[in-house]
Amino acid sequence: MPPHESNDLPPNLAELAEDFHAVTQQERLQLLLELSRELPKPPERYAGKLDSMERVDECQSPLFLAVEVGQDAERTVNLFFEAPPEAPTTRGFAGILHEGLDGLPAQEVLDVPDDAPYRFGLSEAVSPLRMRGMVGMLARIKRQVRLRVQSLDLGAGQES
Amino acid sequence: MTQQTEQTEKIAAYAHPERLVTTEWLAEHLEDDNLVVLECNEDVLLYDTGHIPGGLKLDWHTDLNDPLTRDYIDGERFAQVMGERGIDRGTTVLLYGDKSNWWAAYALWVMTLFGHEDVRLLDGGRAKWVAEGRELTTEVPQVTPVDYPVLERDDSQVRAFKDDVLAHLGQPMVDVRSPGEFSGDLLHMPDYPQEGAMRGGHIPGARSVPWGRAANEDGTFKSRAELEAIYLQEQGLSADDDVVAYCRIGERSSHTWFVLTHLLGFEKVRNYDGSWTEWGNAVGTPVER
Repeated sequence: MPPHESNDLPPNLAELAEDFHAVTQQERLQLLLELSRELPKPPERYAGKLDSMERVDECQSPLFLAVEVGQDAERTVNLFFEAPPEAPTTRGFAGILHEGLDGLPAQEVLDVPDDAPYRFGLSEAVSPLRMRGMVGMLARIKRQVRLRVQSLDLGAGQES
Repeated sequence: MTQQTEQTEKIAAYAHPERLVTTEWLAEHLEDDNLVVLECNEDVLLYDTGHIPGGLKLDWHTDLNDPLTRDYIDGERFAQVMGERGIDRGTTVLLYGDKSNWWAAYALWVMTLFGHEDVRLLDGGRAKWVAEGRELTTEVPQVTPVDYPVLERDDSQVRAFKDDVLAHLGQPMVDVRSPGEFSGDLLHMPDYPQEGAMRGGHIPGARSVPWGRAANEDGTFKSRAELEAIYLQEQGLSADDDVVAYCRIGERSSHTWFVLTHLLGFEKVRNYDGSWTEWGNAVGTPVER
């Protein structure tokens, strides 16, 4: 399978991967920059509460992540990120994952292949080492989703 | 303007004051004809979010490293990288960047391998310029390319390879990583990704002087007297010592190489850019904990 094959990614993430592959290396960085600018601020309930978020140590700049899983049947996932403006690459990675995964059912997030960060054609421009930041973000998102789903399922079991 | 010397008291006290400029100096000299400002960051997108007016981007990874071999670019490619930025052999190049100038110092060191004569750092780097509320722009300057000569890189003076370090064992060596990396408890700096070294610890005989001890809170370099207190009095080094500095991949040790060479006037300092990612993985190299 070529590295940019994207038919096993959720639709929004697949679309982003295609967008990245449709442009030149330099334009990819501009696309990443746009995503970094569009990364939404976390809601008020996380303001000043970085310790309630998970720090992604794999990123070369501080990035904090919060994962919420809804109690609806699909266990809808919402993602929140906090990263400083002087770390646009890290913010761009978060932007890709936010745009691609926010609002999806938990199972679809869990099904995202672990090598998804390498499907955007960024390894050359951004260096493999930095790519690990996005790999780390995805792994932590999936781990948190798994834990929260388990805990919700457990709670539901106790109620019935 | 080549070799123009900075006139603040702090900078004038350094061994080679022409290697460092203040943000004030730069703000006044932005329009100088023979000056090219280059921003070199760890974060590849930072330049595009806004940079010092007239400044050009230099990417340490894609511009200075060979894409295949773990080595720097050759003379031909270097001539291209410089020439397309309007830099010729006589141009004054001013480097600045994020993370306390780690990558700017690294770029300055790589330019030294090619013997570019007048290359300087901005004291405090990007963060200080931003903190002072100075102008940033997203406008990328249009550059008329110039001819930069194709020169052979000279690794013999300021660069150490693994075999050089093996031959150097027992002589002064400075490990600029964090104390946890030096002791072998950590294989990477705190909060940074694991970089795949098979063994933790340090090169036998190396002294632990984390790079940040040479910097103030705002990213500027400490004064000459403060630096002498660390490297000369406390560590017992002297300016005629043959010193090797290393870190994890050679960027933080470029910062220390700059301090020892240009601020304190050490005559022979080599940066071991293979650093711990090479040493901690090489079969049979001695490791101390």
